[in-house]
Amino acid sequence: MAVELGFEGSVIEMDNQIKELAALEAEGDVSFQLEIQNLTEKRDNLLKEIYNNLTPWQIVQVARHPKRPLFSDYIDGIFKGFIELHGDRNFGDDQSIIAGICTLEEEKVFIIGHQRGRDMKDNVKRNFGMPKPEGYRKALRVMKLAEKFNKPIITFIDTKGAYPGIEAEQRGQSEAIARNLFEMSKLKVPIICVVIGEGGSGGALALGVGDRLLMLSYSMFSVISPEGCATILWKDAGRAPEAANALRITAQDLLSFGLIDESIEEPLGGAHRNPELMTQTVKEILITQLKGLKRLSIKRLLDKRYEKFMGMGQMFKE
Amino acid sequence: MAWFNKPKYGLKAPDHRTEKPKGLWTRCFNCKEIIYNREWEENLRVCPRCGYHYRLNSKERIQLLIDQGSFQEHDKNLSSVDPLGFENLGQKYQDKLIQTQKKTGLKDAIVTGTGLIHGIKTELCVMDFSFFGGSMGSVIGEKIVRAIQNSIKQRIPLIIVSCSGGARMQEGVYSLMQMAKTCSALTKLADEKILYISVLTDPTTGGVTASFASIGDITIAEPNALIGFAGPRVIEQTIKQKLPNGFQSSEFLLEHGFIDFIVGRKELKNQLAQLLHFFS
Repeated sequence: MAVELGFEGSVIEMDNQIKELAALEAEGDVSFQLEIQNLTEKRDNLLKEIYNNLTPWQIVQVARHPKRPLFSDYIDGIFKGFIELHGDRNFGDDQSIIAGICTLEEEKVFIIGHQRGRDMKDNVKRNFGMPKPEGYRKALRVMKLAEKFNKPIITFIDTKGAYPGIEAEQRGQSEAIARNLFEMSKLKVPIICVVIGEGGSGGALALGVGDRLLMLSYSMFSVISPEGCATILWKDAGRAPEAANALRITAQDLLSFGLIDESIEEPLGGAHRNPELMTQTVKEILITQLKGLKRLSIKRLLDKRYEKFMGMGQMFKE
Repeated sequence: MAWFNKPKYGLKAPDHRTEKPKGLWTRCFNCKEIIYNREWEENLRVCPRCGYHYRLNSKERIQLLIDQGSFQEHDKNLSSVDPLGFENLGQKYQDKLIQTQKKTGLKDAIVTGTGLIHGIKTELCVMDFSFFGGSMGSVIGEKIVRAIQNSIKQRIPLIIVSCSGGARMQEGVYSLMQMAKTCSALTKLADEKILYISVLTDPTTGGVTASFASIGDITIAEPNALIGFAGPRVIEQTIKQKLPNGFQSSEFLLEHGFIDFIVGRKELKNQLAQLLHFFS
């Protein structure tokens, strides 16, 4: 079933009409080619118009679209020979983070990412993509393995945030995140991080310290969820659209601030409309970026990573 | 038997964790005892009855820790800009900043500098809750980085006293990135094998706990401090039940293995000096 976003207007209706026409054509011998073509063109124009003018809050909705490709879709679409590596060797296996080894074309790489679920059952298993400390510790364990065997790391970020719960606090959510930030900033292998959906605060950043931070054009990255911000400022989560505006959480804004390295253009109407094209685009960009990073010596790579983070901040210096 | 239940009347005691008491007497937030203000101040803002530790501002904290007259402040004039053009109910973040600077006499929520602790030269960073809830924006990140660099340059130990609600959302992803920036700078300090002591005080939460504050070579806390990643209210909303007493307190952290020890305010300076001495 198609999921309708409020701002998509008659796009979904047109989608359905196109589908109906195609079905009719398949049944009988009347050709609707012309009608389908016209309608498709009309829909695409409408989509272009809508998606060229999305507000930040609308982008949040696209980033959270239930049909949006998940980390697992990128694993299937981009990499070959994936073997999942489980567990943090200390407490358990957090299913909201997937880690493993695979190849990107000829290159052997480690991949790690947040995994949300497609449906309720899956989401319960994945804890809605909100990791507990053991998830971050699994990620770090696997990253250290990558370093030991000198293989690049690619991370995929898609989380509302680290899980806020009793057991997460008991097991040191803060320490787990802090440790990842500390260790990732000195890992002696190239690290590329891609925000594919929601990049929620420290829980996202704990997989986001690397040489390149890329964002899909309709993904978001924020210090606090728009709902959380609205609740704190105005005691009203309903004013999240205003907060989304104020927080400057879009790829476009963050690119203009120099806080991310690249915004990856999504297919017409968002990644969920054409997951194959989306994964293909991401694949090509990963290959290019990795090639560039591999040209640098490890020392140069780490120096540049360090300088990049040291340069982040805006202030008056009297 | 509802008709026997007494309704709760009476005035709510002011929260002296955040505001300074006025007048002669104060009711303790924790034990509800009436305390003579001067006795309370002399006791370093620790309740003489129950031992509850109230918040110190940066000036009081520096006075407590540093040998008199030896503190030299650094980067005093670094101040925040408003990189996002953030506005809340028609009030610009930039205006709120200027207002807060006037009110507190601080440029941002941290004071950094060098000083002597029982004669041992130390780089000290002290966060101040009275400035935007001690929240971390670009200035805090930068000042901590510069303090770390100074530690390395002078080869002196680093102490950071945390007191913060977390990241400063008015600075958006800039503030989030300060978590990575500070942790990244700490790797250089570790490379140089210079001691970093993290002191957690009430409250230390969010992005500050989830970055530099949690990864000291030695991490210690004052008693009864609220320390955690997510705020108690956020957790209660998520799990839909009331949190147990003492959850996210210093004592809770000690029990779960995330701090080395808890030290009362009266003993803090001596303990720090002892650590500095041992690791020197």
